[in-house]
Amino acid sequence: MTFTLNDDARMLKDSARDFFREQAPVTRLRKQRDAKQNGRDPELWAEISALGFAGVIIPEEYGGAGLGYVALGAVLEEAGRTLVASPLHSSALAGASALLLAGTDAQKAEWLPKIASGEVIATIAIDEGAHHAPAKSKIKFEGGKLSGEKKYVADGHIADLFIVAAADALFLVKADTAGVTRRELVTADSRGAADISFAGVAAEKMNGGADIVDAILDRARIGLAAEMVGAASEAFEITSEYLKTRKQFGQVIGGFQALQHRAAKLFTDLELTRSCVLAALDALDRNANNVAEYASLAKARASETVHLATNEMVQLHGGIGMTDVHDAGLYLKRARVTEALYGGASFHRDRYASLLGF
Amino acid sequence: MTQDLEVFRAETRAWLEANCPPSMRTPMTGEDDAVWGGRNYEFKNPEAKLWLERMGAKGWTAPTWPAEYGGGGLSADENRVLQSELKKIGARPPLFSFGLWMLGPVLLEYANEEQKKEHLPKIVRGEIRWCQGYSEPGAGSDLAGLQTKCEDKGDHWLINGQKVWTSYANYADWCFCLVRTDTSVKHEGISFVLIDMTTPGVETRPIKLISGSSPFCETFFTDVKIPKGNMVGRLNGGWEIAKRLLQYERTNISGFGSNTRVDVVDLAKKHVGLEDGALEDRDLRARIAAHKMTERAYALSVQRAQEEAKAGGNVSHMASMFKVAGATLNIDRCELMVEAAGNRALGWSGEGFTPDDLATTRGWLRSKGNSIEGGTTEINLNVVAKRVLGLRDTQ
Repeated sequence: MTFTLNDDARMLKDSARDFFREQAPVTRLRKQRDAKQNGRDPELWAEISALGFAGVIIPEEYGGAGLGYVALGAVLEEAGRTLVASPLHSSALAGASALLLAGTDAQKAEWLPKIASGEVIATIAIDEGAHHAPAKSKIKFEGGKLSGEKKYVADGHIADLFIVAAADALFLVKADTAGVTRRELVTADSRGAADISFAGVAAEKMNGGADIVDAILDRARIGLAAEMVGAASEAFEITSEYLKTRKQFGQVIGGFQALQHRAAKLFTDLELTRSCVLAALDALDRNANNVAEYASLAKARASETVHLATNEMVQLHGGIGMTDVHDAGLYLKRARVTEALYGGASFHRDRYASLLGF
Repeated sequence: MTQDLEVFRAETRAWLEANCPPSMRTPMTGEDDAVWGGRNYEFKNPEAKLWLERMGAKGWTAPTWPAEYGGGGLSADENRVLQSELKKIGARPPLFSFGLWMLGPVLLEYANEEQKKEHLPKIVRGEIRWCQGYSEPGAGSDLAGLQTKCEDKGDHWLINGQKVWTSYANYADWCFCLVRTDTSVKHEGISFVLIDMTTPGVETRPIKLISGSSPFCETFFTDVKIPKGNMVGRLNGGWEIAKRLLQYERTNISGFGSNTRVDVVDLAKKHVGLEDGALEDRDLRARIAAHKMTERAYALSVQRAQEEAKAGGNVSHMASMFKVAGATLNIDRCELMVEAAGNRALGWSGEGFTPDDLATTRGWLRSKGNSIEGGTTEINLNVVAKRVLGLRDTQ
């Protein structure tokens, strides 16, 4: 196991950091929101794709860079820092992982190059109710036709391709197939999503059963946890900087012990979570046999940490923290969405306990 | 290089196979199995003595210390191999020692040649047991307020004062001690000295804790004369050494003195029971799961810090963070164990409870000290805020 990035991943992280800071700072999300784009920013996605970020985990034979999950996690972390609204997670991570794990040779050959180039946006359609419960899917597949409903599909409103999970099977559905109806959701994090119904639509069955659904979800969870650690780190650093500059009672408020201790505890929590996420990404690249444990560990802890970091960001900024003009609210809203996506802390605590045999 | 390491691994494995006695490959059953060494140490188990002698002679109680001072002279990579081979056979630590964990590293950094040659080899072989004279009745969290007086009497130092929370002072042969050599300044008036506990005027008195055990003492110094050569570093330069040593101490304290032999999950399975493979008490189950996650996160973070240290990063400032996290983790673990064991963890003594039950009770009470000893959680959070995060009192 290693926590250290290799040269390729390090270079990728640096270039992602520079690009997102310059081209997609939080002000870009704010502009998208104010223009009611609901997460649509095709120009940004084209630039991100041109840098190769959409194909990080896709093998070179399919037009990707074949660098693996640690490298993609580094990019996602940087994207999380500035709340970049793009289908990087849904398509370059979750969609690509689904095809890599469950795609037939023909499906891989058809879709992976397009996902790698950013030409096609893929996403995984998992949940059917208000909560994450992949095992309870009611998706039906009869005579080559797929029926059922999916809720809050990440980037579902802009995706070209759905990987639809049943309880024990996976299907490929093109978004423009007859019988697919999507209702665009305007979401709290200004990123958008969609509820999607499938009324006897033509679908291609993929390989694998429930274990593959789980394996795909674990990749999505770990990658999302990397994005969450990025958002939490940035929220913490902005807050810490504020503590060093804001003055009350004739001194910087960071001099007050009550606030110092909160900052120190948050920092400790963040560092512990960072170790889990790095270990989980590394476990994917090592093909470790306990990826499921790492995934639930990383997603549960990242959920708690980003929750704490963004709530502290609001509180420690005081009045300005609850105004729309400050970025704290944007971090808080995105945090909540990522917490819920693919299972929150309580889902993953429950799963972790089961995996550990209690 | 890798090939050399594999040769080293094979040799190490063969040596351990031949030299680690059978009973030293079984799990420790409690605090009593810890071997502390020292002039007057009585070994409960002759194999523990043999194991210490053999490991001490190899220098493998202090694997990375230079061989010229009795250490193993191993590289970080070789030490990793040694530790993994020790782990593989389930070998017990041959020696528990404040000399190894705290004093040795600062002697290597600050002591003169004569002091290193005199003290380090005896630490390695477990011949001398050390205690730490830091806290005083009036200097706890504000350690630099210490008052134990050390006067220059020409051919010797004269020491008068009192220390408290001196771990195992009643068993120790020597004490590394912070003393006041200048009363006109605070931090800059402290020196670091070494005191032979058999010197006339040294007295110790054990302190009984809520757990019933007495790991700490009060230590009194009345007109104690020590040689001039027993000061480490320069006169009034002790505070820097003191802080350095605290970093080593903080990385070593976390689960001290608690019952780590029994896993909280096993305890809960036994006393709470399973229903469809899940603990019947779902609330407790969720809290244990959260705890197991934090435990894993902590272990991974220690591993990450070691990796970063190996890569040349300075991680010493992280000691306070790990001290806080480790202490909190152990206190939570002990609370969950008591909760999981129900009334089985509410015994104090006698035949009505198993030794494991009693260890759970005592370990729970002992763990309350984890967030106090070695710098309270509050003081360590101050250190993290100031030194790591750069939050200052005034700016």
